[in-house]
Amino acid sequence: MTSTTQEVLVSARGLEVHFPIRSGGALRRTTGVLRAVDGVDLDVYRGETLGLVGESGCGKSTLGNALLRLVPPTGGTVAFDGADVTGMGRRELRELRRRAGMVFQDPFASLDPRRTVAQTVAEPLEVHGLHPGRQARAARVRELLQLVGLDPGVAARYPHEFSGGQRQRVGIARALAGEPDFLVCDEAIASLDVSVQAQVLNLLRRLQRQLGLTLLFISHDLSAVRHVSDRIAVMYLGRVVEVGPAAAVAAEPQMPYTRALLSAVPLPHPRLERSRQRIVLRGDVPSPSRVPSGCRFRTRCPDVFEPCPDVDPALQPVGSAPGHVAACHLHGVVGTPVERERPDAPVDAGDPAARR
Amino acid sequence: MTAPVLEVEDLRVDLRTPRGTAHVVNGLSYTVGAGETVAVVGESGSGKSVSVLALLGLLPARTATVTGRALLGGEDLLTMSPERLRQVRGPGVGMVFQDPMTSLNPVLTVGRQLTEGLRAHGSLSRAAARARAVELLGEVGLPDPGRAVDRYPHELSGGMRQRVVIAIALANSPSLLIADEATTALDVTVQAQILDLVERLQTEHGTGVVWITHDLGVVAGTADRVLVMYGGRCVEDGTVDDVLERPEHPYTRGLLGALPDLATDDDADLATIPGTPPPPTDLPAGCVFWPRCPVRGDARCETEQPPLAVVGSARADLPHRAATWCAEGEAS
Repeated sequence: MTSTTQEVLVSARGLEVHFPIRSGGALRRTTGVLRAVDGVDLDVYRGETLGLVGESGCGKSTLGNALLRLVPPTGGTVAFDGADVTGMGRRELRELRRRAGMVFQDPFASLDPRRTVAQTVAEPLEVHGLHPGRQARAARVRELLQLVGLDPGVAARYPHEFSGGQRQRVGIARALAGEPDFLVCDEAIASLDVSVQAQVLNLLRRLQRQLGLTLLFISHDLSAVRHVSDRIAVMYLGRVVEVGPAAAVAAEPQMPYTRALLSAVPLPHPRLERSRQRIVLRGDVPSPSRVPSGCRFRTRCPDVFEPCPDVDPALQPVGSAPGHVAACHLHGVVGTPVERERPDAPVDAGDPAARR
Repeated sequence: MTAPVLEVEDLRVDLRTPRGTAHVVNGLSYTVGAGETVAVVGESGSGKSVSVLALLGLLPARTATVTGRALLGGEDLLTMSPERLRQVRGPGVGMVFQDPMTSLNPVLTVGRQLTEGLRAHGSLSRAAARARAVELLGEVGLPDPGRAVDRYPHELSGGMRQRVVIAIALANSPSLLIADEATTALDVTVQAQILDLVERLQTEHGTGVVWITHDLGVVAGTADRVLVMYGGRCVEDGTVDDVLERPEHPYTRGLLGALPDLATDDDADLATIPGTPPPPTDLPAGCVFWPRCPVRGDARCETEQPPLAVVGSARADLPHRAATWCAEGEAS
């Protein structure tokens, strides 16, 4: 677990990534704004694994990318180890690229099929001028392959000769080449079979302890996130709506969305499944180009009440665990008053959830 | 109990590949009763999808050899003429595949795709078919079905598209529904909606369901009985409680051990199954799981194929069976 004196490694404040929506015509006029990330405050502590969960389209991948400046933020700030990421020049950005890496979802698409494993893993070493000299580099590649549980003898092979799990190990070895402090794993186990998922999850946990890495583990798989994370952050429609210690968020979720999300996760226990109260949310997530006013979850929330459309909720301490925060008026109306309604946002709030 | 909706007996599928003959399904037998859900579980390459594609005659005839029997309402699907099979698909069997975007035609409206099946298998007029389509869309919970019927698939969200696919599959009130990873591409909250929907429709119409999935959580919530596939064989079957709570086959145990559990606060490493599944072109002799098996014992595992034998169950009519020499229930 994380120590009591927590040092922040990565910090986002009011982070926004908005994309213009352009018309299809020749003029390409901007007809709207897609708010992929829309005012996120989030700290990642050094040495922890922070799990980031949410449904497709909630902005969790864009947030991961924005923290590494792989997409330019349109508002707010990101600090990495105290340095402002948004204002970095080329040289500083290159150093950031060494210190912060990424493991991608699809090990089939994220490896160059025409490069051997050795070439793939050595590329960051060349770019950053690490371990100069052919022999030193080859030795480092062997070391990295061993670190992720691959036989160094595979260095001369090509990606197509490997299974999905082995490819993901190559991807992890490449991400570790520059001895990063911070690793963003974006759906890194999503395309793997259950038994292979377990291998990669175990590997990530071992590497994290062994190398003192800080991990942002982005996934839609709540069980996996619960297993690897020290803390969990929940995103909905471009905003972080609940953050806290993993055990607290999983056992005592304080925001209705988190509750619904957790209750929808099927558990492999037949008797438990039959007796569980599942909160089935009605309808779909609103489009991030038409974010409801006030609390953005209110159009689907089973507990919606008067202040929800009028006050944009801020994260506030909730529950009994220290560091557990949620953006929800049920815990007291805290936030920024907003104009009542955008005309295009759906308003109906009657019977939004069916319990079974 | 009433006569089963589907009876599969010793189903075998061989596929001709450049690397030799792939034995993808090797002797699969199961029955599905009316209103019953049978889950077929396994990892990629276990043969679970091919086993149902074979039932519906959807494998390429040039490369696939299918043997065995598959009785749907007393008729053998595997020996049916293509014309008869076309008549049976729809009123007899509905299918829902994983990706709703690829199973819908992007250039036809939702209504066109629904009425196509209705009119092919019934004698409905265009207007009556359209009215029925609107009704079906309402039944699967599409908001504003009167307008949705004129929409194109790209105008709908993933969950809505999968509802349309389910509406198409159920349009002719089939006695059997086959769902192949039908909720895998969906978010958990949408998945919960779809699982609820199928359960409700199943109760209303008494449809038998074959649910193919890799997700043991989905199995726990939906299935009455479970069949675990590995290397094209059924390695364990029984009621959902027997298989998931008292697994006997080392593979089933391995799968369950590899799952991170949301319900427990356990900091231990996950159990893993070393190695990879055997290629279907080169299955091991003996127990199909022995090269990866953590408890393999004597030489028998490597040479003699274990039969699917009863390992105990509370109910005589629903035996719990496992194909292993290492069942703990057995005192050998």
